[in-house]
Amino acid sequence: MRKSNKWVHILLGTASFISIFPILWLLLTSFKPVSEIYSDTFRILPKAFTLENYVDVLTRSGGVFWTWLLNSIMISLLTTVIGLILSTTAAYAISRFRFRGRKGITMSFLFTQMFPGILLIIPLYLMIDQLGLLNTYLGVVLAYLAITVPFCVMVLKNFFDTIPIEIEEAARMDGCSQLGIFWRMVLPHSLPGLAIAAFYSFLTTWNEFIIAVTFLKSDDMYTLPVGLQQFVNQFNTQYHLMAAAAIIITVPTLLLFFFAQRLMSNRYFYKKG
Amino acid sequence: MKYKGSAWIAWIFLLPSLLTIGLVLFYPLAKEIRYSFNDHHGQFSFQHYIELFGSFFSSNSVFRDVIFQTIAWTVINLFLQFTIGLILALLLNRIRKGRAIYQTLLMIPWVVPSFVGAYAWLWLFHDRFGFMNQALHKIRLPIFHWLDNGTVTMLVVIMVNVWIGVPFMMMTFLGGLRSIPKSLYEAARMEGASPWQQLTNITLPLLRPIAATATALGMIWTFNMFNVIYIVSSGGPANSTETLVTYTYQEAFQNGNIGIASTYGVVILSFVIAFTLYYQRVWKANQNEGMY
Repeated sequence: MRKSNKWVHILLGTASFISIFPILWLLLTSFKPVSEIYSDTFRILPKAFTLENYVDVLTRSGGVFWTWLLNSIMISLLTTVIGLILSTTAAYAISRFRFRGRKGITMSFLFTQMFPGILLIIPLYLMIDQLGLLNTYLGVVLAYLAITVPFCVMVLKNFFDTIPIEIEEAARMDGCSQLGIFWRMVLPHSLPGLAIAAFYSFLTTWNEFIIAVTFLKSDDMYTLPVGLQQFVNQFNTQYHLMAAAAIIITVPTLLLFFFAQRLMSNRYFYKKG
Repeated sequence: MKYKGSAWIAWIFLLPSLLTIGLVLFYPLAKEIRYSFNDHHGQFSFQHYIELFGSFFSSNSVFRDVIFQTIAWTVINLFLQFTIGLILALLLNRIRKGRAIYQTLLMIPWVVPSFVGAYAWLWLFHDRFGFMNQALHKIRLPIFHWLDNGTVTMLVVIMVNVWIGVPFMMMTFLGGLRSIPKSLYEAARMEGASPWQQLTNITLPLLRPIAATATALGMIWTFNMFNVIYIVSSGGPANSTETLVTYTYQEAFQNGNIGIASTYGVVILSFVIAFTLYYQRVWKANQNEGMY
């Protein structure tokens, strides 16, 4: 028993090491001075620990990184808020009402979740170009809604399905309107579901790469992922800046994720319908 | 349990999202299908389809190469993710001490944005200053050009994507393992079943429904994966790591062939429909087995 457990730990330890190594190496690179990074002498830990790459990323070109950060936050927030308004109402309708076409609509929300972004990016690009919305927040947010809304609708529908309808009937007796029931009774009872949908929307948008790279054209409109790409592409190989920027982008993602995970391990999230 | 007589209210609740989804999803999709049937003058024609499928068996058909590369990419990825994910889940399930730490560390590749992961690997494989070649040099082995040879580059991008995809498989299997009643194993031990027999007769058969779901989702995600290939190899060298998804992008945004790119898009759509039908079957089968 002891002996076999030793092997379990060796294997899991190796696997854990492989899974963190690329990011760990990025972190180590970000703390090395340029002279050490681009040197033929192999060294694992930084000899002269420095924050100069971070300072460089945050201050270069008049602090354009802060503009990218602001763009990322604005676009993610806009997508999350608009997406939640659209998907809570749709999910409520699908969950609570029986009407013709309900099944077809549910199926199309399910089906469109499977779409690769590439399928939509070509015609969306042309459409958004025609509307004059390329290189704007609205253009990107519209494209992101195509990705986030179908998923959020299904998550929220499953959640609404678990809320007992008696709550709503009681409110109706008291003369509450349908919108009032939705706003005052259903939404407050669905906070965990709303949180999952919001986390998903925000993280998906925050981490989205290809639509942002394609739709945002000038560096005052870039989001963080597009900005990161400027450091390492066919014209540019500034891995020291890429490493620092990548770490800055990843930290909020990790924090949000582990926060969400703790929330979800709450037994409320596992309540079955 | 549901309201019946108030369909018009349902439609009011649905209207905003239907309008948006129509504008940003279904209208573009219809447009794309139409582009694929247009010739250069905007007339209806099968030109693009003839161009792709007509030369399918000729020796220089990029379309055929891309199809086979997509299949290889998806199948190898899925096989490795599935196997490694299952082994890690079985290992995690055997221990108590340190399990939470391993689990957190093993989740990292899934939590980190995929483009950050891809850039991190690209940096590891840098020809001169990357970790791989510097380490090889340090131990006096010849350095290797990781992204210069078609087959090797394909293995590198697959490895990066396996790195990203394993945690999902692992967590799914772990969830499945926890739902297997302990009493089954106790009974098996009483009967004198060896650990191997317990694995093949209890664990694996009971994991089947969840394995089918994980496979279906993993297949769709791998097929759809863009960032890893675009960042690590850009589809090169000489298109040898292009998949349908990345090559469609190249045709549209680097070569400016909207018509051909849209035709590739329709091919992708047919794959996605096939996956969805498969996924639905899996999902229904699972429900019939009463696992969920």
